[in-house]
Amino acid sequence: MDLAELHAIAERERARRKAVRVLCCTSSGCQASRSIELLHQLEAAVAASGQDETVGVASVGCMGFCGQGPMVRIEPANLIFERVRPEQAPEIIAALAGQPCGVERGDPNHPFFARQVHVVRRNGGNIDPERIEEYIAAGGYEVLYRVLHDLSPAEVIREITRSGLRGRGGAGYPTGLKWATVAKSPGERKFVVCNGDEGDPGAFMDRSILESDPHLVLEGMAIAAYAVGAHEGYLFVRGEYPLAIQRLTRAITQARKLGLLGSQIFETSFDFKVEIRVGAGAFVCGEETALIASIEGRRGQPRPRPPYPAEKGLWGFPTLINNVETFANIVPIIEHGADWYAAIGTEKSKGTKVFALTGKVRNTGLIEVPMGMTLREIVEDLGGGSPDGTPIKAVQTGGPSGGCIPARLFDTPVDYESLAAAGSIMGSGGMVVMDNHTSMVEIARFYMAFCMDESCGKCVPCRVGTVQMHRLLSKVAAGMATPADLEQLEQLCHLVRETSLCGLGQSAPNPVLSTLRYFREEYEALLRGEVDASTNGKP
Amino acid sequence: MSNRAPAESPARGSASAAIADNRQKLLEATMRRHQYRPDALIEVLHKAQELYGYLSPQLLASIAHSLHLPPSRVYGVATFYHFFSLAPQGEHTCTVCLGTACYVKGALEILSALEAETGLKAGHTSPDGRLSLLTARCLGACGIAPAVVLDGVVIGHADAETLRARLHALLAEAPVAP
Repeated sequence: MDLAELHAIAERERARRKAVRVLCCTSSGCQASRSIELLHQLEAAVAASGQDETVGVASVGCMGFCGQGPMVRIEPANLIFERVRPEQAPEIIAALAGQPCGVERGDPNHPFFARQVHVVRRNGGNIDPERIEEYIAAGGYEVLYRVLHDLSPAEVIREITRSGLRGRGGAGYPTGLKWATVAKSPGERKFVVCNGDEGDPGAFMDRSILESDPHLVLEGMAIAAYAVGAHEGYLFVRGEYPLAIQRLTRAITQARKLGLLGSQIFETSFDFKVEIRVGAGAFVCGEETALIASIEGRRGQPRPRPPYPAEKGLWGFPTLINNVETFANIVPIIEHGADWYAAIGTEKSKGTKVFALTGKVRNTGLIEVPMGMTLREIVEDLGGGSPDGTPIKAVQTGGPSGGCIPARLFDTPVDYESLAAAGSIMGSGGMVVMDNHTSMVEIARFYMAFCMDESCGKCVPCRVGTVQMHRLLSKVAAGMATPADLEQLEQLCHLVRETSLCGLGQSAPNPVLSTLRYFREEYEALLRGEVDASTNGKP
Repeated sequence: MSNRAPAESPARGSASAAIADNRQKLLEATMRRHQYRPDALIEVLHKAQELYGYLSPQLLASIAHSLHLPPSRVYGVATFYHFFSLAPQGEHTCTVCLGTACYVKGALEILSALEAETGLKAGHTSPDGRLSLLTARCLGACGIAPAVVLDGVVIGHADAETLRARLHALLAEAPVAP
């Protein structure tokens, strides 16, 4: 494979394309609303209407507006159809020939679409994720070619460092610095690991990226491997994401066949082979040392750091671990340059972030917005506010490791520092909107039950502390607690946070602490017995 | 599972023996592909569960033997991860997602309605082996919350009434021969 061949594939793919493209989302969310059946009906309707010379139907990845799925988009007219039922396919195809159409139309200028900036999701909803040719036609693997031929590993790392990209898994560690550490670490073998163990309930960004654009992640991993001097990679994906696994497996096979993964990529001396590892269901495996243990076939239990995986990771070799979204940012950064990327976002949080906007909000789905957009803009403009007029009370970010930010702080910009200052975290990108019907004590208890179940049991503060905190929260929720219980709960929060071994335990108290900080009155009302305990604090 | 049908005819018996044999072969093939490396344990357990439906003590012991691992290590891994089931699942499975988005949108009410309907507690299988009622911690289908998975098919925007009716219809069908 060389550049001319790559361009030839892209050219053939573009020539194959029909003038009008009917794009049907077949990601998990839309598949659950019968989009595969819809896809077949659309194909049949095109054939039946005799428009197959000019109209092509394609199965594409996530368009983001999952709550309104299945979604169909017509290019180049940019018409959007929402909640399409398979039996409506002929109507949509007839509309292409100028017939009236009663199918629910979406507005492409709606803030939900218009205010997004697509860097990571630029191919989502535009290309068929199961065909590498479409990815190549969208410019795919050209950046890898340029990197291998024109840039030294140090230059790649410098570019990533200059872009200001920070880890999208939640902690926000500077990606360039991590790469530089792995590159510097001596080792006869090195590994690149993609963390796709998106265990945070309420988050599905990584699932969507893997389902919609698997090659973008693979190309990012290959560039990373070149930069740090690794030749082997693992993609660790949750077992709960069968479609993502299926599409990734296919993507790897296709890339290998074209010589874009494997040995002597683009006829250079660079080899990179990737294997998929399917997670077996353990939230703690999102922690990097636990993830390593799991890839090695052991129980997913973390170990103390240092040594960090960058020095001693998989089987003791230097290992670069980045999250799916982080890898998905690499190709755009190298393609458009670090300055372009650094111009998006805020001073300390560069670029865009993908969020899963869900819960009590009108528009649910996946959004990619520049860092620094305020929570209010996200919830009210993109999200469209409350679906039934019930006032919105808070937004939860960061899942079981994050916190609830009250509505009065909705002018907080979304960046790593501001969210931390507000008592939450950026997290991997879950954003669950809660209204006045949601009891904050119940939410804290919900997350604590999650952490209690998911605690791996290795260190005592987390194993015992989460159980005790859950017991106290249950007591509060049932209206049986005393002020002393609340005091003990707070003490335990600090103890577990300070003394747990890994991030799971250290951050498990966050939902309790943040709800105590902003919604203490809900706890105290329950202590005073003011709220009927049988309704669990609901009005 | 052949052990659930003790009274089967000789012809059926040999057929299920053939299936069992084939499953063993497929499992062997997976282990061979991983060169019987101990670090392939989780991959092998995934395959074993896919083939047999659950991980019986005998199955775990034979995997331990093949990968040269202590049985305690295999058992430890199999019980650590949620994905692995050490008991047979029901003929039908109904999994209610209890991720945050689903929770906020009333997944608990759906679960209690289904518990009341089936008389089962979450995480349990009915004594006749027809249905397992399960819960999950986020399927990543948050955009269409609340989500329920019925026999592998995700149902978005789920509501208790429709689900109750579907479960009822499903259980009214004749059981699949063991």
